[in-house]
Amino acid sequence: MPTFLREASLKRHTVLDLLFRNLTRVSAFGVLMLLVAIIASLIVGSMPAIRAFGFGFLTSSEWDPVNDQFGALIPIVGTLVTSAIALLIAIPVSFGIAIFLTELSPRILRRPLGVAIELLAGIPSIIYGMWGLFIFAPLFAERIEPWLSAHIGTMPYIGPLFSGPPMGIGVLTAGIILAIMVIPFIASVMRDVFEVVPTLLKESAYGLGATTWEVMWKVVLPYTKVGVAGGIMLGLGRALGETMAVTFVIGNSHELSKSLLMPGNSIASALANEFTEAYGGVYTSALIELGLILFFITFVVLSLARYMLFKLGQREGQVT
Amino acid sequence: MPAENTANPKTIVPEIIAPKIVVRDLSFYYGDYCALKNINLSIAEKMVTAFIGPSGCGKSTLLRTFNRMYQLYPKQKATGEILLDGDNILDKKQDLNNLRAKIGMVFQKPTPFPMSIYDNIAFGVKLYESLNKNDMDERVEWALRKAALWTEAKDKLRQSGTGLSGGQQQRLCIARAIAVKPQVLLLDEPTSALDPISTAHIEKLIDELKEDFTIVIVTHNMQQAARVSDYTAYMYLGDLIEFGDTSTVFTNPKRKETEDYITGRFG
Amino acid sequence: MNVMPSLYTRRRIINATGLAISMLAMAFGLFWLCWILWTLLEHGLHALTPLVFAQMTPPPGSGGGLLNAIAGSLAMTLVGTLIGTPIGILAGTYLAEFGQRGWLAPVTRFINDVLLSAPSIVIGLFVYEVYVIRVKHFSGWAGALALSIIVIPIVIRTTENMLRLVPTTLREAAAALGAPQWKIINFITLRAARAGIITGVMLAIARISGETAPLLFTALNNQFWSSNMDQPMANLPVVIFQFAMSPYEDWQKLAWAGALLITLSVLTLNILARVLFRQKAASH
Repeated sequence: MPTFLREASLKRHTVLDLLFRNLTRVSAFGVLMLLVAIIASLIVGSMPAIRAFGFGFLTSSEWDPVNDQFGALIPIVGTLVTSAIALLIAIPVSFGIAIFLTELSPRILRRPLGVAIELLAGIPSIIYGMWGLFIFAPLFAERIEPWLSAHIGTMPYIGPLFSGPPMGIGVLTAGIILAIMVIPFIASVMRDVFEVVPTLLKESAYGLGATTWEVMWKVVLPYTKVGVAGGIMLGLGRALGETMAVTFVIGNSHELSKSLLMPGNSIASALANEFTEAYGGVYTSALIELGLILFFITFVVLSLARYMLFKLGQREGQVT
Repeated sequence: MPAENTANPKTIVPEIIAPKIVVRDLSFYYGDYCALKNINLSIAEKMVTAFIGPSGCGKSTLLRTFNRMYQLYPKQKATGEILLDGDNILDKKQDLNNLRAKIGMVFQKPTPFPMSIYDNIAFGVKLYESLNKNDMDERVEWALRKAALWTEAKDKLRQSGTGLSGGQQQRLCIARAIAVKPQVLLLDEPTSALDPISTAHIEKLIDELKEDFTIVIVTHNMQQAARVSDYTAYMYLGDLIEFGDTSTVFTNPKRKETEDYITGRFG
Repeated sequence: MNVMPSLYTRRRIINATGLAISMLAMAFGLFWLCWILWTLLEHGLHALTPLVFAQMTPPPGSGGGLLNAIAGSLAMTLVGTLIGTPIGILAGTYLAEFGQRGWLAPVTRFINDVLLSAPSIVIGLFVYEVYVIRVKHFSGWAGALALSIIVIPIVIRTTENMLRLVPTTLREAAAALGAPQWKIINFITLRAARAGIITGVMLAIARISGETAPLLFTALNNQFWSSNMDQPMANLPVVIFQFAMSPYEDWQKLAWAGALLITLSVLTLNILARVLFRQKAASH
C-alpha cells in the first residue's frame, strides 16, 4: 500500500477523532450549562419578589394579587403535605408489589405484571388528574369523606385533620391521587434494587430454613436499604414536582386550613393555574420564586436519592 | 532480592535469529499493582510463539502490550521497551492506529461487528486503503480463503456476521484481522470459547498462517501450545520463568517450576 | 428435630400474612390501572368520533373536534425530539466512551440524573424566562424547546446505559484493526447499541407526548388551525386541561376523547419500544 495514502488517512483520522471527541464533550458540557441556565434564569426572574418580600416570603401565608402581597407558605405546606400523604400510602404498597414481583409471582406472570406496573408509570399525569376530578373525587365525597369526618374527625389530636364538609377535592384527595401516581415509580425501583441481591445470599438464608417473608425482611431489605431509600426519594421528587395530577383535585385555594379535607394549593398547581394570568411584575416574579423554591427542594431530594442509589451500586460492585 | 537490575536473572532466554519483536525490561502496572516484572524475550519472525501459564500469570497482559490495547484504560501503564523491527512501540510518539494496523489481534470470544460478513472484513481495510469495488471483493475473498471460511460464507456475504456459528465467527475475526495485512497476529486464547472441532480448524489455520505472519498466541491449553507453537514461554505471577523451543520446554524443561506445571503437578 | 412448635407456627403465620399482604398490594396497584383504563374507554370511546379528527376545537357550547390540537402536538413532539435526540446521543456517548478521566463526566452524569426527574413545570418556566419573554409571545417553537429539554436527559441516560452494555471486546477488536475512535464509536458501538437507543428515544417521545405542564407557559393554546410554529399553538394536553376544567359538557366530552387518544398512543409507544428492544436483544 502506498505510504502517502496511509499518511493522509492517519492525519485525517487524527483530526476527525479530535473533532468528534470535542463535539461529544461540548454536548455533555451543554447539560451542565442547562442546569446553570435554569437556576440563573429562575433567580433573575424572582429578583423583584425577593427584593420586595425577602425571607418573609417563605413564612407569609398571604396571597393577594390585588394588593401585590405574596407569601409562599400555603403552597409550600400544600406541596409537602400532599407529598407526605402520597409517600405514606405508596411506600408499603410499593414494597408489597416489589416483593410480589421478585419472590412470589409465578414465573410466567412476572414479566407481564412488571410491564403492567411500568405502564402505569407511563400514563401521563394529566390523565390521573382528570380521572381524579371526574371519577375519584365524587366517589370520595359521597362514600369516604362523610365516614372519615364522622369517625376519625371526632377523635382527639388527629380529629381536626379530618373534619369539614365532604367536597371531594382537597389536600387528602390530591395526596391519594399522587400516591397512585408514584406507586409504580417506587415499586419498579424497589424491584430493580431487590434483584441485585446475590442469589447466593438469599439461598443461604433459605438454606437455614428462613421463610420467604424472613428472607425479604431480614436479608434482602437490610442488604438493599440504601437503594430502597433512594427509590423512595426518587418517588418523593416526582410527587413534589407533579403538576397536573394535583392541579385538578387540590382545589387551588389560598386559605390555610388544618383539615386535610379542605382545598389547598401546591407550588406546581399555583404555577399552572395562575402563571399565564399574572400580568404584573411582582405577581409573575412571586410565581417564579415559587418555581425556584420547588426546584431547590426537588434538587436536594433528587440529589440525595441519586447518592443513595449510587452507594448501593458501589456496594454491589464490591461484593461481586 | 538485591540488585536486580536489567534482566531477570532467573529467566532462561534462548538466542533467536531474526527476531520480529524484542521485549526489553518490560514491566506493567495496573495502578500500583505490578502485573509484569522485567520481561525480556524475543518473538521470531514467521513462527508461532505461545505464552502459557496459570490464570493471572500475566500472559494476556503481555500480549496486550504488543498493540498497546491497555491504552484504552486509564491507570494502566507499561515501562521498558518493545521493539518491532527495531522501532520502540512503547514510545509516546508511536501512532496507535498505525501500530494496530500493523499488529492484528483476535480475542478470546468471537467479536463480529454488527454488520454483514463482507462489511466486517472491509471495515479494517477501508480505514487505510481506498480500494475499488473489484479489489475489495478480491481482498475479502482472499482473507476469507486464508481463514478457511470462504466455502461456508461465500453465499451469505451480505448476511449479518452475528448469524454464524461460534467457530465460524472466530474464523471471521481472523479473516478480518488478516485482511488488513498486518505483520504480526496476536491471538488471545482464540479457541477458549469453541468446541473441539472448531478448535482443530483454528489450529490447522494457525499452522498455515505462519507462512505469512508472525504469530503470538496466549493459551491456557498446554496441548494446544505443544501442537501449534515453535517457541513457548512459561509465565508465573508476572515473571517469565522459562522461554525456549517448544519441544525443549515440553520434553526437557530446564526449570523445576516449568516441569511441575506442564506435568500437571501444579496449576 | 426439637423445634418449639409454637414458634414455628408463629413464623409461618407471619410469613403467610406478609405474603398475603404483598399480593393484596399487587392487586391494589393493578386495580387502579384497570379502573383508570376502564373509565378512559367508557368515556372516551363514545366521544371519539371521526369528527374529532376532522374539525377544529370549538368555542364553548358547540360541537367540534381536536384536529388542530392533534396536529400541534405532533409538530411540537417531532421538533422537540429532533432537537433533543442528537444532543442526547452525543452527550451520552461522551459519558460512556470518553468519560473515564476527568471531572466532566461524573458531574454531568449526576446533573443529568437530577434533570431526568426535575419538575417539568420548572422547565416550562425556564423556557418562558429565556425565550418567550425575549420574543414577547407564546409560540410552538417555545413548546418544542421545552419538550426537547425533557427529551435530552432521557436519551443521554439510555445512550450511556446501552453503550455500556456493548462488550469491551468489540471496541478492542475494532481498535486492534487500527480504527480511530470516532470510527469505532460511530460504526461499531453506536451501531451495536442501536436498538437500545431507539427504545430510549421512543420512551422519550411517549413521555413528552403526555406532558402538559411545560406547554402551559410556552405553546399556550390556539383555538384555530395553525401551521406557524412562531404562533401560539394548540396541543392535546393543554386542550384537555382547559376543556376538562370547563363547565361545558361538549368540551368535557372532547377532553375525554383527547385523554383516551393520548393514553392509547403513550401505551402503544411504551409497548412497541419494549417489544422492539426484546426482539433486537434476542437476535444478538
